[in-house]
Amino acid sequence: MSNINLDAKIPPGPLATKWSSYRSQSKLVNPANKRKFNVIVVGSGLAGASAAATLGELGYNVDCFCFQDSPRRAHSIAAQGGINAAKNYQNDGDSVFRLFYDTIKGGDFRAREANVHRLAEVSTLIIDQCVAQGVPFAREYGGTLANRSFGGAQVSRTFYARGQTGQQLLLGAYSALNRQIDAGKVKMHTRTEMLDLVVVDGQARGIITRDLVTGKIERYAAHAVILATGGYGNIFYLSTNAVGCNVTATYRAYKRGALFANPCFTQIHPTCIPVAGEHQSKLTLMSESLRNDGRIWVPKKAGDTRSPETIPEDERDYYLERMYPSYGNLSPRDIASRAAKRVCDEGRGVGPEVAGVRRGVYLDFSDAIRRLGKDTISQRYGNLFDMYKKITGEDPYVVPMRIYPAVHYTMGGLWVDYNLMSNISGLHVLGEANFSDHGANRLGASALMQGLADGYFVIPYTLASYFGGTQLPKITTDHPAFAETERQVREQILRLQSIKGNRSPDSFHRELGTLMWENCGMGRNRAGLEKALKRIPELRDEFWKNVRVVGAAEEFNQQLEKAGRVADFLEFAELMCLDALTREESCGGHFREEYQTEDGEALRNDNDFCHASCWEFNGVGNAPNLHKEKLVFENIKLAQRSYK
Amino acid sequence: MNLTLRVWRQKGNSGAGKLVTYPAKDVSPDSSFLEMLDQVNQELVGKGEEPIAFDSDCREGICGTCSMVINGIPHGPQRGTTACQLHMRVFKDGDTITIEPFRATAFPVVRDLVVDRSSFDRIQQAGGYVSVNTGAAPDGNAIPIPKSEADIAFDAAACIGCGACVAACKNSSAMLFLSAKLAQYRHLPQGAPERIRRTVKMVEAADHEGFGNCTNFYECEAVCPKNIPAHFIAEMNRDYIKASLVSREFDDVHKSAEDEG
Repeated sequence: MSNINLDAKIPPGPLATKWSSYRSQSKLVNPANKRKFNVIVVGSGLAGASAAATLGELGYNVDCFCFQDSPRRAHSIAAQGGINAAKNYQNDGDSVFRLFYDTIKGGDFRAREANVHRLAEVSTLIIDQCVAQGVPFAREYGGTLANRSFGGAQVSRTFYARGQTGQQLLLGAYSALNRQIDAGKVKMHTRTEMLDLVVVDGQARGIITRDLVTGKIERYAAHAVILATGGYGNIFYLSTNAVGCNVTATYRAYKRGALFANPCFTQIHPTCIPVAGEHQSKLTLMSESLRNDGRIWVPKKAGDTRSPETIPEDERDYYLERMYPSYGNLSPRDIASRAAKRVCDEGRGVGPEVAGVRRGVYLDFSDAIRRLGKDTISQRYGNLFDMYKKITGEDPYVVPMRIYPAVHYTMGGLWVDYNLMSNISGLHVLGEANFSDHGANRLGASALMQGLADGYFVIPYTLASYFGGTQLPKITTDHPAFAETERQVREQILRLQSIKGNRSPDSFHRELGTLMWENCGMGRNRAGLEKALKRIPELRDEFWKNVRVVGAAEEFNQQLEKAGRVADFLEFAELMCLDALTREESCGGHFREEYQTEDGEALRNDNDFCHASCWEFNGVGNAPNLHKEKLVFENIKLAQRSYK
Repeated sequence: MNLTLRVWRQKGNSGAGKLVTYPAKDVSPDSSFLEMLDQVNQELVGKGEEPIAFDSDCREGICGTCSMVINGIPHGPQRGTTACQLHMRVFKDGDTITIEPFRATAFPVVRDLVVDRSSFDRIQQAGGYVSVNTGAAPDGNAIPIPKSEADIAFDAAACIGCGACVAACKNSSAMLFLSAKLAQYRHLPQGAPERIRRTVKMVEAADHEGFGNCTNFYECEAVCPKNIPAHFIAEMNRDYIKASLVSREFDDVHKSAEDEG
């Protein structure tokens, strides 16, 4: 095991002043010197675009990369609900500390206090910045900003732009990015995928990319590399992620020595449109707010395929109301998700049979329509009902909606210290790609907050501190480390093409996704995880013997892109399962069936697992080394989450 | 369902393309249009043939990546719907469906149905922003904005930048796209200081990219998956004409845009 120093570099002093004293005391780069530094930003979502734009404004030379055809299409764009900020505009008792506390508690006490407090502090600046950019937030008639409440909070601190908050925030960051592109401070590389990280003498100094249009492999050198490449939820094949989302950038960094923290922490969202058939390519989220008026039920009898309106009241099981009488249909995300899986596993699911099982439960608005009238329901949820109808062809005013949980977000990611720097010097990781702020479970409307906090307000300070305090020898892409890394990238591409087997990359991805969903999804247990850990290497071996990659490498080739991403998922899957197996407790999105209370609640084990599990790569197929960052809570008391 | 597809196949921008016929067998009416193409592609890959290249990402109608003309209509027959949200149940068993890329001089074909829309990015780079650095913002509530104006700004900002408006227009005009961005800022006080400059720069940039002019056919509005209204174009034209008549800034910006061109 290598000697890795897991120093989180948390500034000294009281929690509330750590960040301000850091900013007063950290090293700076003088304006004339900033232009001597080159920075690579991979990813152009909220974290990447805001970082690239802000660093460009400060005078650094930035190269920004995205695999999409435009930076505006990064998957941040699909976020619906909103963005949290401790503005306390509603005068309802919100504060920086309260947002901090809610986030720590929501994450089931598995996040680092100092990072989360800083996130809560800068949250208010984000709103100001976005308003100044012209983001059209929802407003009251008096012209002030509107707020709504969201899960896991007792205050209204969520800012929103209809159901398209992510889109509007991303377009704001994209506009700031465009301004810097126009000013010549950011060079944008679209349809360009990072395939490896170049580490020179322990410092991240560049990346190897593939131009997705021409297939050209290129080298880029810089003084620091920032990864803002999102999460890995697509390992499950079906998720609410965009089809292009992948783990490649962070996983390749892991293979170069960066630690991957808490990979098993994944979030399942309870209200998604169920899988309709084998053809399905992605799942669509429906806002959780629907559970305010919809009642969730399945037939009492297994295999009851009668149409819902013909099933009499006493033959229905409103299972959330039955099992959790005080919270009922508004039970927390993880509870509601697991309960839905349970009733479907019992054969009581509804909707079309997919791979032999009906995976869906009814979300029924007929009581609410009777009580409030169709107009009221339409005012509250009209756009969601329309979207549902577009996708399923069914009218939820008449037929109960069908919903089922789906993978939505990944809390795990590359380990970073307080500076958002990984254990590889100069490699910084922002947004969903890092592990830092959400612990074992993310609260709604906090992903957008974190992405923009990292990009606009954290990295500009911590990167200056890094540059100001680090010797960075002059390096060009002629350095042997670039040549060697490029050689390995080319070798993998050649290898993928030379197999000429019988199965498409997609078919491997589907099989892996099913395996992961069944054994490392909503509920996990030792037997299932061990089964997956046995099967994954077999599947990976088959992939490397039998995958078929059609087309040439020196051209636009989506099969080749996909094959490379699936190859990484096939390795990363093992890490996820191992992490889930090693963490012998239930917390947040990680539910180990062996560790639950009598009522089926998650049973945390703070004595043995109050740490971030940080994994060090040790060769494909070899067990990685585990390093633990002990989580120290000095400002709050650990408590059991209760929903009774 | 069983369908016949006629799909535009083109190796690259320089090569010639042609429509090639493929059967699409056993398609579920619950499939999205893109999932139907996925299915056809899996069959092609199984036979060792090159699959049909098409762009997509979020597959929930918001990222603007998917871009294809289905039976002559960008994004297909359902109004207010991107190709990724179009479902096969709107077609009939036995239908023949023609699928082509978004066609415009400023959208060169990359391969098959994939086009290069970086011209849209360049238009935005020319002025589609409020010039404010990070950290320089006043409190979010310092500038009250009437709800009605904020709502109009949002209607315009809903544009996903897909380019369907261009593909539908006989002039390949990008004016719905352009005017949507301009209208977002036009209806917000934050956009006021740069209003003239932004309008002139973005219009010039669109001209420079080879997009055509608007001749009021409203095809753009009809195919826009986000139902952006065409009257934003009139607002934009008013600003542009007013600027050309009375604004000294117009001459400056116009001149610098020409120099850069």
